[in-house]
Amino acid sequence: MSTEHTRNGSLFTPFNIIAGIILAAGVVVTIMRFTMGLGSVTNLSDNNPWGIWIGFDLLCGVALAAGGYTTSAACYIFGFKRFHGAVRPAILTAFLGYALVVFALHFDVGRPWRLVYPVFYQQGTTSILFEVGLCVFIYLTVLFLEYLPAALEWKGGFDKYRGILVKLTMGLTILGVILSTLHQSSLGALYLIAPSKLHPLWYTPYLPVMFFMSSMFAGLSMVITEGMISHKHFHHKMDDEYNGGYLDLQFAFAKASAWIMAGYLAMKIMGLAMDNRWHYLFTGYGAWWLLEVVGFVVLPCYCYAVGYRDRNIALVRIAAPWTVVGIMLNRFDVSLIAFNWQLPSVDRYFPSLGEIVISLFVVTIGVLAFRFIVTRMPIFYVHPAYKDSSH
Amino acid sequence: MFNTLQDLMLHNKSVTYVLMGVVLICFVGFWHFLTGKEERKRRY
Repeated sequence: MSTEHTRNGSLFTPFNIIAGIILAAGVVVTIMRFTMGLGSVTNLSDNNPWGIWIGFDLLCGVALAAGGYTTSAACYIFGFKRFHGAVRPAILTAFLGYALVVFALHFDVGRPWRLVYPVFYQQGTTSILFEVGLCVFIYLTVLFLEYLPAALEWKGGFDKYRGILVKLTMGLTILGVILSTLHQSSLGALYLIAPSKLHPLWYTPYLPVMFFMSSMFAGLSMVITEGMISHKHFHHKMDDEYNGGYLDLQFAFAKASAWIMAGYLAMKIMGLAMDNRWHYLFTGYGAWWLLEVVGFVVLPCYCYAVGYRDRNIALVRIAAPWTVVGIMLNRFDVSLIAFNWQLPSVDRYFPSLGEIVISLFVVTIGVLAFRFIVTRMPIFYVHPAYKDSSH
Repeated sequence: MFNTLQDLMLHNKSVTYVLMGVVLICFVGFWHFLTGKEERKRRY
């Protein structure tokens, strides 16, 4: 990381070399995508028009960026001011996450220059996808405004504009929660249109609620996970306020995650019961469903609960990345693995190397942008000139 | 097993209602488990 670079005085650290290779490969595939079309780099087809650029970059990206609204809501709406130090890292992660979702969409959409059409030219108000697009468009703007005070403090000389943004904090937080509620659930609602394509174990009228509920504990788990990684690499950038509330934040988020995951588990079981899907549990897909639910919901939920109850931080730190993987598995199941389940295997989708490279490319850009920002701007610490400010 | 849609719906809803009751009871138990070692707040 950057500290490594400073200490060694060399650009050729293992991280930089790997990131450089991924970026170079990404640029090559990007040129191929925009000069030779989608067919040259993807395995997408009429049967499978949505691949990992939707399943991973968009669905996982949006779910894992939910830490922004959960943390800012906890701090500003529910009054847990002791989590204030964690708000900026969470907002930054969410802002980068959403920005990269939009960036990745440019690869996936056939004519990306028309991405703004649904918002400015032709509103398809009866479409769920329009609602998702509009919410993401507005929420990305909200996240940018929430992140902007850190950038203005870093540049200096913009106190007037920073002051205006700080006064807008509560309004932006409320707007962020409303928009997140809308589009996190709508991403699940997108799949309600395909009851014959999505496997009955995953298809349920509760899909929108499940997507929203799972985004909450995904966001909380992502904040814990991101904090663990940041502590390892950017500890020298963190001030006493951040470090002082860090342990407390992890336990509080573990408690919240355990509780929400229990509710999510109940919803999963209700989904089966309402449509009498029990017999599917004894098939191969049933085993996979049980792996997802027991292996990546019940067990991490139990780890969170025991970790919080016994004040065992090691268990909480195991449960957080475990939950993040579980959410990714769930989004993959809904969008790819259990989707088009009745098609013969020859027609099933598997991502091409080009698609995987672009997904890695997008993630690498996110990591590099995060590193660039936190090593320069007041993200993990309060800027000395604004110590007395409430934001 | 089910001759009419009415039979199926009745069965599904009956099972769901029973499960909801079980889940609500489990939630109380889970909450007690989760918060069992928390220090009680003084209310005076």
